[in-house]
Amino acid sequence: MSRIQQRVKELADRGEKALAAFITAGDPDMDSTKQIFSALEKNGADIVELGVPFSDPLADGPVIQKSAQRALKNGASLKKIIQLVAVIRKESQLPIVLMTSYNPVFVFGPEKFVAAAVEAGVDGIIVPDLPPEEADELEGYSKSKGLDMIYLLAPTSTPDRVRMISERSSGFIYYVSLTGTTGVRSALPEGIEGKVGAVKAAGDLPVFIGFGISDPEQASRMGKISDGVIVGSAIVKLIEENADPAVRDKKVGELIGGIKQALLPAS
Amino acid sequence: MSLQEKNIEAPPMPDAKGHFGDFGGKFVIETLMPALEELEKLYKEAMEDPQFVKDLRYYLEQYVGRPSSLYYAERLSKTLGGAKIYLKREDLNHTGAHKINNTIGSALLTQRMGKKRVIAETGAGQHGVATATAAALFDLECDVFMGEEDIKRQELNVFRMKLLGAKVIPVSSGTRTLKDATSEAIRNWITTVESTHYIIGSVVGPHPFPMIVRDFQKIIGEESREQILESEKRLPDACIACVGGGSNSMGMFYPFIEDEGVRLIGVEAAGYGIETGKHGASLSHGTPGVLHGMKSYLLHDGDGQIREAHSISAGLDYPGVGCEHSYLNDTGRSEYVSITDQEALEGFKLLSRTEGIIPALESAHAIAYAAKLAPTMKSDQIIAVCLSGRGDKDVTQVSDMIGDEI
Repeated sequence: MSRIQQRVKELADRGEKALAAFITAGDPDMDSTKQIFSALEKNGADIVELGVPFSDPLADGPVIQKSAQRALKNGASLKKIIQLVAVIRKESQLPIVLMTSYNPVFVFGPEKFVAAAVEAGVDGIIVPDLPPEEADELEGYSKSKGLDMIYLLAPTSTPDRVRMISERSSGFIYYVSLTGTTGVRSALPEGIEGKVGAVKAAGDLPVFIGFGISDPEQASRMGKISDGVIVGSAIVKLIEENADPAVRDKKVGELIGGIKQALLPAS
Repeated sequence: MSLQEKNIEAPPMPDAKGHFGDFGGKFVIETLMPALEELEKLYKEAMEDPQFVKDLRYYLEQYVGRPSSLYYAERLSKTLGGAKIYLKREDLNHTGAHKINNTIGSALLTQRMGKKRVIAETGAGQHGVATATAAALFDLECDVFMGEEDIKRQELNVFRMKLLGAKVIPVSSGTRTLKDATSEAIRNWITTVESTHYIIGSVVGPHPFPMIVRDFQKIIGEESREQILESEKRLPDACIACVGGGSNSMGMFYPFIEDEGVRLIGVEAAGYGIETGKHGASLSHGTPGVLHGMKSYLLHDGDGQIREAHSISAGLDYPGVGCEHSYLNDTGRSEYVSITDQEALEGFKLLSRTEGIIPALESAHAIAYAAKLAPTMKSDQIIAVCLSGRGDKDVTQVSDMIGDEI
């Protein structure tokens, strides 16, 4: 059982929902990412998604686009991010997922990438612009090395696609809450309960909901219908707004702590 | 390898997954996948529906003004010496470029889908104007994404789009040019896919876009082939067209792919010169990668980050290229060369002076290469150049650059 699956099972046994926290690796620099990782872990994140910055991220809204630009300006690259994971892995057993556009992986070489990621201690990968139709090669290498390949489902997904992706995803399914790009939203779409229910019914994998979730109230609502929530832009925005590392990590910790609280079983 | 040795096969391209050999495909977020599947199905049905084909032909003839002429540029040919040069006059189309061939077809598809809104990206503004035009004609709401840099450079086209009833949305991310306008249009489509059709401006993007745009543009080559057989009783020795994303060249080349004796030559932007790194020559100097939903040749660095392209012409200022061109490049069926900004300016002046035709700066790249090639050929040989657009849009820019010399 992978570290991700193990963690989700432990949480389920305790009646908790998982909190996956996304940050762009290398924003504003690699050392900061290591510190922010630690703040996320201490305050209750169950999984950390490290975003690999890309010059042209098509599924991201302005907040994460800007963070990718900051990271690239300071020299972040897929290679350095994998090295950072190896460093973090010496101190932490928290599941780590890399979220990346496909081009950096394609240029790195899919086989070499999977080998390096697994060796560094990466547990799963999410490649939003690589649907199953194009993923045979990367999925093959991932499965053979025990790296979870996490696919997305969206509100627009047809029943056929829900079935197909439920079969091919591993670790968990990333359910995109809304028809749109990443970013904080004041309201989440109506009718999401039914759609997530259909995804859960299609297979055995845990379903996490992401895109637009930024506060404890939204997390609580989404946690009730899923196995976990993913929070990204809300954290990245705090990183953008707080240049002082101590203040930044404190605020990130408070946000994560508050959201995690909303995912604990009602006592 | 000589042309005779090339093994030119014509399997149906793309294949069922939208691949052209190693290229093409659908590299997009799940949110868009159902819409792409639906578009592919609807497009096939439309092309098999005689009424759709009839409507398309009606608008192309009565509204766009097709067929465009294949004009023998006698003074240009005699000035250069060597091969006879014919010009496929896409500049004579309504709105002044080949872009309208695609936007009329795509707007008819939009109507068929029952969608009321279209979006488009634009660099110089030609595709934006062509989309705004079709949107006005078919009563569709139209938003055009355009980089802030390009908005500054192309004020007149911005005004034309607004006059036609479109909204021009400035894009401030990244390099603020065509690449970022395309990214932003895709992001908008991810958000509005249920009500909106994306009219993409070239043979790029996820399947089925490269196929659809090629099919709407292949009328350029079909007419050219028929016209040259009529006037010369033979096929040309070479077809030449400029390549940014590559829609006019794909449209010109496609009907000649099985004609082994016809060289197909795509002309990319060498910008300030290939050696400066500031160019738009993805095919001749890039490597395969994934951008804007497809696998194709790209300009990118060793970490997979997209590099900034450069060309004097905004339409060629793009770090990628249509995936079918990548395929034709790798099979050797097409050749790709490049022309610098400076050489393009010479081509711009040359055609203006010898034929009284001011070409678009994009098309001036094709003219400049024809001017190099023709003198190396015999006088009974023939070159067909796709003159993809007229140069009115570029006159202010060129005047700023070389006004003193004239």
